[in-house]
Amino acid sequence: MQKTPIITAKDVDVFYGAKQALDKITLDIPEHKVTSLIGPSGCGKTTFLRCINRMNDLVDICRVEGQIEIAGQDIYAPEVDVVALRAHVGMVFQKPNPFPKSIFDNVVYGPKIHGLVKTKDDMEEVVEWSLRKAGLWEEVKDRLTETATGLSGGQQQRLCIARAIAVKPKVILMDEPCSALDPIATAIIEELIDELRKKFTIIIVTHSMQQAARVSQRTAFFHMGNLVESGATKTLFTSPQDERTQNYITGRIG
Amino acid sequence: MTNTEVNFLKGQKHLTRRYRAEQRFQWMGRAAIAVSLTFLVFMVSSIFWQGKGALITTKIALTVDLSAEMIDPANIKGASFDKIIKLALRAEFPEATKRKQKKKLYALVSSDAGFQLRDQILENPALLGANQTIWVSASDDVDMLMKGHIDRDKPQSRRRLDDQQISWIDALSVKQVFNTGFFTNGDSREPELAGILSALVGSALSLLICFALSFPIGIMSAIYLEEFAKKGRWSDLIEININNLAAVPSIVFGLLGLSIFLNIFGLPRSSPLVGGMVLSLMTLPTIIIAARASLRAVPPSIREAALGMGASPVQATFHHVAPLALPGFLTGTIVGMAQALGETAPLLMIGMVAFIVDIPGSILEPATALPVQIFLWADSPERAFLEKTSAAIIALLVFLVLMNIIAIILRKKYEIRF
Repeated sequence: MQKTPIITAKDVDVFYGAKQALDKITLDIPEHKVTSLIGPSGCGKTTFLRCINRMNDLVDICRVEGQIEIAGQDIYAPEVDVVALRAHVGMVFQKPNPFPKSIFDNVVYGPKIHGLVKTKDDMEEVVEWSLRKAGLWEEVKDRLTETATGLSGGQQQRLCIARAIAVKPKVILMDEPCSALDPIATAIIEELIDELRKKFTIIIVTHSMQQAARVSQRTAFFHMGNLVESGATKTLFTSPQDERTQNYITGRIG
Repeated sequence: MTNTEVNFLKGQKHLTRRYRAEQRFQWMGRAAIAVSLTFLVFMVSSIFWQGKGALITTKIALTVDLSAEMIDPANIKGASFDKIIKLALRAEFPEATKRKQKKKLYALVSSDAGFQLRDQILENPALLGANQTIWVSASDDVDMLMKGHIDRDKPQSRRRLDDQQISWIDALSVKQVFNTGFFTNGDSREPELAGILSALVGSALSLLICFALSFPIGIMSAIYLEEFAKKGRWSDLIEININNLAAVPSIVFGLLGLSIFLNIFGLPRSSPLVGGMVLSLMTLPTIIIAARASLRAVPPSIREAALGMGASPVQATFHHVAPLALPGFLTGTIVGMAQALGETAPLLMIGMVAFIVDIPGSILEPATALPVQIFLWADSPERAFLEKTSAAIIALLVFLVLMNIIAIILRKKYEIRF
């Protein structure tokens, strides 16, 4: 690895009650690249993703052990404030979940609560910047005051991306962002992801190996709570080291 | 060529049976609705039929002597107005000379007639100095006679007015007018004077207190329990207790109010303050249960979205979750308040059953409430209170409908559609 990774996970174990969901995950994630997490259902890829911005804290019975560092800081250290952490690690969910408010209010909400915008001009600027980055500006610029729930599914998901990047996070986590979308909307979002990696580091969970191959530079394959293999996407797909990886990408398990 | 195994035609045996079962079910549903609607219509119309009489009252014209020897223009309030009324009645019917007869004669007008005369003179002093014809309220028996509730054909011993009184009334000039007193007076021992204003104000003040206490406390408890409290044995225990409280008979809350608010805290007896506090004890569980249900109905994705943005749990709750649950909060509150409005038993315990003539000016003054007033009037022996009771029920229903309309308007205003 030529550069220091922005995220390093070391021996991460996750338990839901007595059940172990992740077993000794050690993974480095490089900056300004798209890393995809693939694997069959229930393999722990989403669990790992949600450890990175500590969304698992919301689950009462969930316990995380091990170490995850982002930019050199241990995010599970007791002095870490999750609110500050999540301001730097944004998240896009599987199902588009815009707030039932106007498009403008959706985008401006994050900057507002983190005190990044003060004046009306600031707000308009950040809304336009975010919506442009998310490739949605041209479609919605005339109806920013309309409610976000009136948008199509693909537009809603891009709005959620705009909302996430509006606070200018370091990392964006995407949990199967295209699984609820049609192929055209998916193609638009994939293009967008490629564009966004210039400014942000992106980690994406996906079920589709084609998608992982298309959008990511690095891939990590999870299987039954274990990280089986990780590396450059091309290498992993063309010459997998582990038999399980081989089986999964050729469609024999999954 | 037709395949005999594939049959798309209507009228197949098993299909017909299925449709018939569906039809039966639909008709049973319609019948159930029709039966309950019939009862409702019957109840409401009979109450209206009985109560409409209370909106009309009877007045009697009397020619009174307002010369200077009866009333000193310099000291109007010092005059004996009752005496003027009595003299006017006697002048009208000189044949009533015996004490008993005179008493019967005086019973034709309301005991309030003297005060009504005074008020008319104070309002218009130009009346003074000569004989004037003025209108005063008739007694409740005369009012009943005019409304046809006293049967003239019955033997005299079996009716409230005897033949002579009836002949006097027929000789007097009498009119029936709209009863404004019903809406502007407090309670009275005399049915013709009794009004609902004191009960209405008492109910309104109690509900205001009840709302001011139970809405914020109920909503905050619900939000805390649902969004912040750690789930565990304690939260289960609290939940079970809240659910049980909602089913506690209301009179028990009345006893609680009596022993705590009145006996320990020494708050004023019969006051809307204590009434509202007791009612809010009853309303709280209803509001908490409804508010928690509506918080639970907010999609979890909204919470995740807000928390994923770096909102703190309080921000996520108050910026996103609570606004979505607000219509549910309002529904729960209005159900609770409607219950509180119709509640009698707990108010009896804290003394709001007292006979209150004055309209309460503050939450600390003695008051009564509409359902208690209905109870009191229903308990009174005078025939005239019957129609008052029905009219007070109508007032209570109108109050309730108004409250519900306000709640529906608010709910529509804050409803967010997905």
